[in-house]
Amino acid sequence: MTNHIKVEFEAKESNVGLARIVAVGFMAPLDPTIDEAEDVKVAVSEAVTNAIVHGYEGREGVVFLEAFSYDNTVMFSVRDRGCGIEDINKAREPLFTTKPQEERSGLGFTVMESFMDSLHIESVVGDGTTVTMTKRIGSR
Amino acid sequence: MNKIKKTYERMNEVEAKFKVSDNALTVKLSGEIDAQSVGVLRRKIDVEYDCSAVKNMIFDFKEVNFMDSSGIGLIIGRYKRVAALGGYVKIKNANKTLKRIIELSGLGRIVRL
Repeated sequence: MTNHIKVEFEAKESNVGLARIVAVGFMAPLDPTIDEAEDVKVAVSEAVTNAIVHGYEGREGVVFLEAFSYDNTVMFSVRDRGCGIEDINKAREPLFTTKPQEERSGLGFTVMESFMDSLHIESVVGDGTTVTMTKRIGSR
Repeated sequence: MNKIKKTYERMNEVEAKFKVSDNALTVKLSGEIDAQSVGVLRRKIDVEYDCSAVKNMIFDFKEVNFMDSSGIGLIIGRYKRVAALGGYVKIKNANKTLKRIIELSGLGRIVRL
């Protein structure tokens, strides 16, 4: 079974919860366990939060969420047209944050990596960031 | 108010209920903790802690439906305030997902589980 959706929404923190609902609704036909659904919810929440908080840094913008399903795998891609990441390796380090004064934990990418099967980050400074993650459903 | 609007808002609602006993402020959280909701929680908890005149803080996550790493920032921030007064932070009723995020953050080394 294959499926594909594309959703775009304003870069507002109030839309993070909506993105989670979209992600869970999209993967539901694959019959995930509660744990699998929870993993995807957390990972999508992290990626969308990053796009809003770090990509656009609170400025106006649009976040693009795309989801694909094929065989027993779901793939989510979260894209922003924000400021981009200068050093991706540094950004992926656990606890690294550019905003410690805002009580950001610096765990976003670490959580995505740990809760999904794969994580790929593409970024161009001044042009934006795309985060692509996959998870196999039913590997239990 | 429209029923669907109400249901959706309730789903996204976060709440903090407080109780003081044995020199500790218990913060009972409910709802979804993410980037949007941490701001409100942070302010509420800090005011309550400052007024409570106790040293320690206990987070009860029993009624939390969702939390991402924004919640870790919230706990670390409160830990700093509590530790400055020589108190401890304890986390109660963390579910599996929350425990995994706590483990990834290394928070397990500074707070009691």
